[in-house]
Amino acid sequence: MVTLADARTRIEAVVDPELPFVTIAELGILRDIAVDGDHVNVTITPTYSGCPAMSAIEEDIRAAMDGIDVSVETVLSPAWTTDWMTTAGKTKLHAAGIAPPTHHAGAIPLTLSVRCPQCGSTRTSEISRFGSTSCKALWRCDDCLEPFDSFKVL
Amino acid sequence: MNLTLELADDALILSHRCSEWLTRSPEIELDIAFGNIGLDLLGQARSLYALVGDEDRLAYHRDAPEWRNCTLVELPNGDFAFSMMRLLAFASYECALFRTDPDTDELRAIFAKAAKEAAYHLEHAEAWVLRLGDGTDVSHGRMQDAADAVWPLLTELCSSAPEVEAAVRTQLAAILTAATLTVPTAAAPTQRGEHTPHLAELLGEMQSLAREHEGATW
Repeated sequence: MVTLADARTRIEAVVDPELPFVTIAELGILRDIAVDGDHVNVTITPTYSGCPAMSAIEEDIRAAMDGIDVSVETVLSPAWTTDWMTTAGKTKLHAAGIAPPTHHAGAIPLTLSVRCPQCGSTRTSEISRFGSTSCKALWRCDDCLEPFDSFKVL
Repeated sequence: MNLTLELADDALILSHRCSEWLTRSPEIELDIAFGNIGLDLLGQARSLYALVGDEDRLAYHRDAPEWRNCTLVELPNGDFAFSMMRLLAFASYECALFRTDPDTDELRAIFAKAAKEAAYHLEHAEAWVLRLGDGTDVSHGRMQDAADAVWPLLTELCSSAPEVEAAVRTQLAAILTAATLTVPTAAAPTQRGEHTPHLAELLGEMQSLAREHEGATW
């Protein structure tokens, strides 16, 4: 017999394989956990359609439940947005040298300056709109000159 | 069902073409861009195939005549100008298509998800078409050649959802004009399901591993 509280504690602690300092709960990828007797149903959603981390996340959820019967469902709707990232998740990204999303996603395109996660300067520029993973772009600080990843607003 | 399979085939074939740019792009940032865009398209194709049937059978065990992709996506990458112009046309088409209201909730979910990705691809392609079209004589000439090659294939591209063709043409014409390019007028009588020899060549590479090692996993 598994309790919802136990399932939550274990699954919410699963980390993103490409950002191993933030959990799937903090990123907003984890959408739901339901317990039905001895069975746990978990719902997750990808950041981008082609996110290659989804199968690893599914395996990590199974491993976290350690033998308990788990089914993991991936849903696309509603589409993931960086607005679902928690404040704790953003703080951890910043601490790891990745600039968190600068603003809320919305219908109106908005470009705000990205704060350098190393020195805090807002004198920064975009090097590449595409970065090391689908969810990030590559930026550079014009003050401390360090390059850094920036989480794209989506 | 036609739209789902046709869009899935378009996305997978263009995804494969994007992957062919890896290690060959003019700059490492463009390598990364092609990799990211190809991955988005691969993800879209997988979600769409899941609505049609078994994704591995659909991707690896159909010969060229069974594919429903359009000519535009199967043509070889050519030069960077052609690849960017093709991406611009495809992203414009996807953006317009994803604004339409499809028949099912499953397709609606895929459209809503992929719309954000297509918008980002469009911005990237537009920036390069503007920069190169309104660039040097050489880059302008290559971009014009690319526009002349892509334009006649738009009707076939939009044949899965003909209601979006006018919006795609209007958007592309505005971008070409801003890039100081001449908007072509030529049309070609190409049809979905009729393929150039380039598709069989692409499939030969893409499907070889799965066909030689049935059931292989890695």
